[in-house]
Amino acid sequence: MKGFWHDAAEFFPILMSGVALTIVVTIGSLLLSTVLGLIWAMMRVSGIRVLSMLSASLINVIRGIPIIVLLFYLYFVMPDLGVTLSALQAAILGLGIAYSAYQAENFRAGIEAIDKGQIEAAQSIGMGWWLTMRRVVLPQAVRIVLPPYGNVMIMMLKDSSQASTITVAELALQGKLIASSTFKNTNVFTLVALMYLTMSIPLILLVRHFEKRAGKR
Amino acid sequence: MIELSDVHKSFGKVEVLKGITASVQKGEVVCIIGPSGSGKSTILRCINGLESYDRGEISVEGLKVDRDASSIVKVRTQVSMVFQRFNLFPHRTALENVIEGPLYVKRESHAQAFERGRALLARVGLAEKADVHPPQLSGGQQQRVAIARALAMQPKAILFDEPTSALDPELVGDVLGVMRKLADDGMTMVVVTHEMGFARDVADRVLFIDGGVIVEQGAAKALLNQPQHPRTQDFLRRVLHPL
Repeated sequence: MKGFWHDAAEFFPILMSGVALTIVVTIGSLLLSTVLGLIWAMMRVSGIRVLSMLSASLINVIRGIPIIVLLFYLYFVMPDLGVTLSALQAAILGLGIAYSAYQAENFRAGIEAIDKGQIEAAQSIGMGWWLTMRRVVLPQAVRIVLPPYGNVMIMMLKDSSQASTITVAELALQGKLIASSTFKNTNVFTLVALMYLTMSIPLILLVRHFEKRAGKR
Repeated sequence: MIELSDVHKSFGKVEVLKGITASVQKGEVVCIIGPSGSGKSTILRCINGLESYDRGEISVEGLKVDRDASSIVKVRTQVSMVFQRFNLFPHRTALENVIEGPLYVKRESHAQAFERGRALLARVGLAEKADVHPPQLSGGQQQRVAIARALAMQPKAILFDEPTSALDPELVGDVLGVMRKLADDGMTMVVVTHEMGFARDVADRVLFIDGGVIVEQGAAKALLNQPQHPRTQDFLRRVLHPL
């Protein structure tokens, strides 16, 4: 750990540029996975057999493929099919799709946890499926879903490092580049780990807050 | 205004309704009594399409009840329902519960919905609870909010599914009082209940149901005071004199 603070000061600006990309990848794929997950979950609980089966198989396919393979597919295979994505686009798309499966299962569990009486009450005042979802089920499901959603955020922050495998210069890749050119492995990777931890802690506190709120009810 | 003709309904292999034929006139209060599991609640749930039925026909104001048709929304806005376990929306205040239907289903203006909502809460004696969330209300208060929510749809009839069965005994009176006022105002009501006093004093007619069929029906006082059928006699004896 000799000269850690000296090295930290020197490498910090480069690593911060990696942090910026890490945040972009995390937020981008978080938004995408949320939208896709919500769509899969809605299809799943729609009561229309074709849609729910389609959604169930999609989720299983996505769940069954490692994130890294999904990323390679999007970045290296898609150009052969005529679709060229930038590394950043491929990373956000890949992580977004991969995590949409977990988001969908989480959302579905939240929706199905709502008392059936709530749905009947909504129906009995003339609400259709969509209005029932929007006004009655989803607002209540949010409270149940938020704590696991916060955990997914933390996992995504860490898994954004997998984007380094397709040349996205986020925090992990920047660290690796510095380490391999300076051989200061210990200092560099300690610094990288501390920076990930610094970003995770607010999220961990957020999850705790969500859990408290969900518990109160 | 509500017509049931030869309605059959099975849950899996169990036939719970075995040919129910009945009608409810406008302004009438009909109580449905009978042992649990006799199909009382299922009848109510079929009338507003929460449950489908297998055979026969149900119509409300001439409109056929079919839970898979788009016309079911029209039926439900005409026939409101009050549930045994209230089923208020816990994430909304009492007032918001009441105006939810008028605002989002009937698309009334905010001003009108709020004004009517407050008036309805006053009518059930809960004007001062408008901004309280349901979990902070007693069971009796919750059920009265639920009645206000049903009334807010300006229904032609209200179905009550054991509205006092989940209440502490001392709170039953408040809810029955509100229901009696409704009956006095001429509301058409179908009430599944175990409150024989209410049935005797408020109902016009009583149906006694057992095993999925109407065993006996007639004017409330006559049926409750001089039941003709042995099963009715037996049931009433057990309910009125449990010891």
